[in-house]
Amino acid sequence: MAVKNLIDGIREAMHEEMARDERVVLLGEDVGKRGGVFRASEGLVDAYGDKRVIDAPLGESGIVGVAIGMALNGLVPIAEIQFADFIHPAFNQIVSEAAKIRYRSDNDFHVPMVIRAPFGGGVHGGLYHSQSVEAFFMHVPGLKVVIPSTPADAKGLLKAAIRDEDPVLFFEHKRSYRLVRGEVPDGDVTVPIGKARMVREGKDLSIFAYGLMALYAEQAADTLAKEGISAEVIDLRTLLPLDREAILASVARTHRALIVHEANYTMGAGAEVAATIAEGALYELDAPIRRLAGPDIPAMPFNTPQEEHFMPNPEKIAQAARELLAL
Amino acid sequence: MAKTKVSPKATSSLGPNEVRKMYRNMLLARTIDERMWTLNRAGKAPFVIPCRGQEAAQVGWAAGLRPTDYFLPYYRDIGVMVTLGYTARQAFLSLLGKAEDVTSGGRQMPGHYGWRERHVITGSSPVTTQVLHAVGIAYASQLRGEDTVSAASLGEGSTSQGDFHEALNWASIYKLPVLFVVENNGYAISSPQSKEMAVQDTAERALGYGMAGVTVDGTDFFASYEATVQAAERARRGDGPTLLEFKMYRLLPHSSDDDDRTYRSREEVDAWKDRDPIQRMQNHVLEAGIMTAEEVDALRVEVQAEVDDAIAYAEAAPYPPVEDMFTHVYAD
Ligand SMILES: Cc1ncc(C[n+]2csc(CCOP(=O)(O)OP(=O)(O)O)c2C)c(N)n1
Ligand SMILES: [Mg+2]
Repeated sequence: MAVKNLIDGIREAMHEEMARDERVVLLGEDVGKRGGVFRASEGLVDAYGDKRVIDAPLGESGIVGVAIGMALNGLVPIAEIQFADFIHPAFNQIVSEAAKIRYRSDNDFHVPMVIRAPFGGGVHGGLYHSQSVEAFFMHVPGLKVVIPSTPADAKGLLKAAIRDEDPVLFFEHKRSYRLVRGEVPDGDVTVPIGKARMVREGKDLSIFAYGLMALYAEQAADTLAKEGISAEVIDLRTLLPLDREAILASVARTHRALIVHEANYTMGAGAEVAATIAEGALYELDAPIRRLAGPDIPAMPFNTPQEEHFMPNPEKIAQAARELLAL
Repeated sequence: MAKTKVSPKATSSLGPNEVRKMYRNMLLARTIDERMWTLNRAGKAPFVIPCRGQEAAQVGWAAGLRPTDYFLPYYRDIGVMVTLGYTARQAFLSLLGKAEDVTSGGRQMPGHYGWRERHVITGSSPVTTQVLHAVGIAYASQLRGEDTVSAASLGEGSTSQGDFHEALNWASIYKLPVLFVVENNGYAISSPQSKEMAVQDTAERALGYGMAGVTVDGTDFFASYEATVQAAERARRGDGPTLLEFKMYRLLPHSSDDDDRTYRSREEVDAWKDRDPIQRMQNHVLEAGIMTAEEVDALRVEVQAEVDDAIAYAEAAPYPPVEDMFTHVYAD
């Protein structure tokens, strides 16, 4: 096993899947010679040619709509949206089309495809290069929503997403691309979609997070451990379908729940996790559920102090955990 | 409506004082751009989006309109903003996200313009959205019987978006007083024009919508200015919208995060340096006797000093207070 960056896991998954299955194609803005603006597809056009690694015209509705057509006719497209903030022109194609094609055709048609997009802030990206858009798509049955937080999961989950028979939205936290390093197993290892990951076991409270926040939660748990607080950390890693079993089982062990996401508070993924606990484990709780999330403002400001104030971080997570334990 | 090409030798209705001012605007835009890049490379500015190579077209199209018109510039348009009175101080306050930033109070990334007082409509990052807003603004002007024109700029790659086509369709159906300004610099990040469209000139796209389309040498200030004046006159007369295409070249990488060596050759870039719009304008003011060589040198020094002052001012300026991030989500 070699230690790699999260973005290496993404690249390797695409590389191996394109080598394994010639139906797999990649399309998106600047994915060819440039190798993607974050370099996720570096080298792919040299290996597989510009018929399979396609520099798309600048239009997200076009990218996703064309990918749907490809999927309907025997290809397995990976559509890259350059930033998750720019996925909205494709919202109609994703929500009206990709999500509903299997259902509306009574299973005659389906669209095996992946839509990859970097999301998240803390990179001085301002209002439109920092957003977390996962909640919009969690509300849409027919889609799957996956967010890896480690290099191994990035690779294993992306491979699983490419092989999945249904449309998968695959969001990659852009700050974690080169910040998060970890061991990536060699060879053809997939990670199942729909299963949460136990990051560390604990007994005083459960912290539920995903993406960069899963890493921050782990760091917060280290700090808390030094204070004698034992925090369990669960990386949700698939938001749709949500691993409700893992959530309920964890709360049954710790009796306290802290949910962390960078997306704004109201109607974020945390609302669904909280509702799951309220419905399935209310009598297990020793304290009210706590959500730590981005504030309810339209997007993350560019200037340094306000951006920092927007972002949850390990210290804020640790503080929220202390407060929850004091209740 | 035929597609026309404006000759690069178009003569100008501008007097010597105005030409001098336009040259100064171009030089200021270039100098701001250069110094922003330097600050980025020194680790003092997180993100820069350059205008280099596009100054003639930008100053030209902005100057070809009236202050009462509406402007919807895109992220490269430092030249447009400077022509509308944006100062070097304002540019660097925005670059560093300081409280005094006139475009957004430090909320937006640099290059996301907006300035109510000067009729510059606030813009976002998702490309091409502003083009539809320009159509709606023109519709409102027409409805009220005003003779104002609205103008939205965008890159040639951004014409691939559906919003662009919906905008042209609306504008031509209602013969709206709107200009679609395509700053064609040959690339959309790494994607050459040939991967964005199957036509040679973006302006050809006007034909399918029954509106005027004009292709202009965007390295020539005078051609850019005159083409805009003519298009604005048509719009004010009630003869409808124009798709104005300025052809030029993006001399720098897409942004401070890009590395253009991965997708274009140095020979290609160097070939375009011979048509640097600043150099062309300088040659003109010297050859036409509008300025002497000493005056040109003095102007350069003056503009550098203005930018030095602006950087010092912006670096010392405060950030917005954290509490301010919660204001103006709704009317209070
Ligand atoms: C909807 C949307 N998709 C993608 C992007 C990312 N992006 C920013 S600029 C750009 C290229 C634009 O090229 P062009 O329109 O030719 O303008 P130029 O930058 O060359 O001036 C891309 C893909 C974006 N800002 N908005
Ligand atoms: Mg361009």
